[in-house]
Amino acid sequence: MSGPVVGRCRGRRRGGPETVFGALAGRESWHAAGVPADPLTLIVGDEELLAERAVGEVVAAARADDPETEVVDLTPGGLEPGRLAELTSPSLFGGGKVLVLRSAQDLGKDLIAEVVAYAKRPADDIALVAVHAGGAKGKALVDGLAKAGARRVTCSKITKAGERVAFVRAEVRRSGGAISEDAARGLIEAVGNDLRELASACSQLVSDTGGKVDDEAVARYYRGRAEVSGFTVADKAVEGRLAEALEQLRWALATGTPPVLIVSALAQGVRGLAKVGGAPRGVRGAGLAKELGMPPWKIERVQRQLRGWTADGVAQALSVVAEADAQVKGGAADPAYALEKAVAQITAARGTR
Amino acid sequence: MSVWDDLVGQGPVVEQLATAAEAGAGALAGDERAAAGMTHAWLFTGPPGSGRSTAARAFAAALQCREAPRGCGHCASCHQALQGTHADIEVVRPTGLSYGVKETRELVLRAASSPSGGRWQVVLFEDADRATEAAANALLKAIEEPPPRTVWLLCSPSPEDLVTTIRSRCRLVTLRTPPASAVADVLIRRDGIDPETAEAAARAAQGDIGRARRLATDQETRRRRGEMLALPGRLTGVAPAVNAAAALVAAAEADAKATTEELNATETAELRRALGESEKGRMPRGTAGALKELEDRQKSRATRVKRDSLDRALLDLASYYRDVLALQLGSAVDLVNTDRAAELRSVASAGTPEETLRRLEAIMECRGRLDANVNPLLAVEAMTLALRTG
Repeated sequence: MSGPVVGRCRGRRRGGPETVFGALAGRESWHAAGVPADPLTLIVGDEELLAERAVGEVVAAARADDPETEVVDLTPGGLEPGRLAELTSPSLFGGGKVLVLRSAQDLGKDLIAEVVAYAKRPADDIALVAVHAGGAKGKALVDGLAKAGARRVTCSKITKAGERVAFVRAEVRRSGGAISEDAARGLIEAVGNDLRELASACSQLVSDTGGKVDDEAVARYYRGRAEVSGFTVADKAVEGRLAEALEQLRWALATGTPPVLIVSALAQGVRGLAKVGGAPRGVRGAGLAKELGMPPWKIERVQRQLRGWTADGVAQALSVVAEADAQVKGGAADPAYALEKAVAQITAARGTR
Repeated sequence: MSVWDDLVGQGPVVEQLATAAEAGAGALAGDERAAAGMTHAWLFTGPPGSGRSTAARAFAAALQCREAPRGCGHCASCHQALQGTHADIEVVRPTGLSYGVKETRELVLRAASSPSGGRWQVVLFEDADRATEAAANALLKAIEEPPPRTVWLLCSPSPEDLVTTIRSRCRLVTLRTPPASAVADVLIRRDGIDPETAEAAARAAQGDIGRARRLATDQETRRRRGEMLALPGRLTGVAPAVNAAAALVAAAEADAKATTEELNATETAELRRALGESEKGRMPRGTAGALKELEDRQKSRATRVKRDSLDRALLDLASYYRDVLALQLGSAVDLVNTDRAAELRSVASAGTPEETLRRLEAIMECRGRLDANVNPLLAVEAMTLALRTG
């Protein structure tokens, strides 16, 4: 394709320092106090926003030292053997450099060796940042850089709801505001799980409200649901809460959840009832989890959901889901109607004696 | 020996086809009157295993044969035809879920070439019911007015599986389910299987010769069938039913994996080599599409193998309830599963014919759902739950 992507970071900063490096607003002064950029930084993790920020931090630190610092973005595709040596050799005109190795996990064996060799004797005015997505691929690089004493920054994906709430709260604090836990939860529900979107929503909210972000402010600026998974629908349906199940179903369809996924979630919900309901008595805890192949927390929830269900009801519900699957796969004119009917029939099957 | 030997218990069909082949030879010789006995499009129908494609292949061989009687079975042409290497017989065997319009257009083009051997250009389309609607429409014109020497031989389980417009352009050849005794005979005569095993296999296969042979010769096939027949006894409640469904689908998946995995690897390696894979395993630019296409084809094939395997299992299961129903109604037909007579009798006396019919209905509904691309696990679960006794 082409050579390495060389970008003068100055141009990008002009584009919008608030969104890319917004979180660093409070730290600029800290760097300006003269802490130089680390010569070697290793960023491990697949959360792009956080990785981007970590890169930004290094760049900002280098810039604080020397505003003329050049930033070179390198991708594995554009990195030929020898190119690294060329970039790290002293420049005739002087001036520092930040080398950012993107997708470092995709580097070939020879190139990894080259990078590690350089890491053993890093140049003075160059900061090397390797961005690795984590995992076993290209592990030699992670190990090699760690051995050479690189500063390690971990940016793994945020998966737990609690962590996401913490992220939002930290984000708002960073922008100089405050948000309650409930409001943060509401914001996540409305905006979705993407960290970039959440981050920009946070800074926007802070600047709109002047710092104090509460439930009301979130409700005023963000309405509706960003993501409703089929599982929410399934949970409400097997719990017999028809109205809520239908509401969630409409949200899910409106936000573009494919009907097939909703059916499969319904199937999993009803299948869970069948499995847990028919589990041998006397087996509990970890033993039961192993027997059913389900995590303990899920078993507990299904056991609560089982109230009101009979064997015939479960059989009937599963048959309804099978029919719905045929219908959303082209058997019916309107998949949305087929789904609504299925949800209604499942809640009806719950009462079957 | 003749090409008709492999057709078991299909006397009238053999006669019809032999006459047509004779008439075809007359037409080639320029006999206008004889030409009326031959036509350019044939549709072979009959239940699975009755030998649709065998009949079509034998007919193709007879058309190409220069000896008398047509379809001698020992000339070079007959030999090539039966081996599937004849230059003027194109065999189409869809391996994927369906046969698309793109492939069909290419097929129509090939079918229009004139025969290199100077007799007929035969296109043998097995499983023509797999052609999509668009594909069928693309075939239409070619079947209606083919070049003078082109003959189309289509095979499908029943005439209704094809669109009316194609059906009406073909002469129909209807094969019947061969009687169990005839199937057993073939197994004994051709495969040298002992009479008792052959009898049992023929009855269990219900007229499907290929399946009868597998049942008679392959331990694994027998074991799988035995397992399937033991299933109704185990469906005593909701949880066993769900577990049984999971096991059934897992077995079908294992089947698909066993049949396709090795083939996939070879195909992929071959294509990669053909596209110019470098020593380091890098592919040149612009080849990803071709690889993706192959992958899609392989996936479709695997799905079909999985579906076929499930369908076979469901048919075995249906035979069990068919026996139960026969006993309940006291009809004077032979049981398919004679080895389970005692169990069948007790099940029959414990239930009513209505219940049995409802169960059979559930099995057929499951087959229909699998065909409609419903998630296999879901469809099978719905069925086992309907079959359960507790």
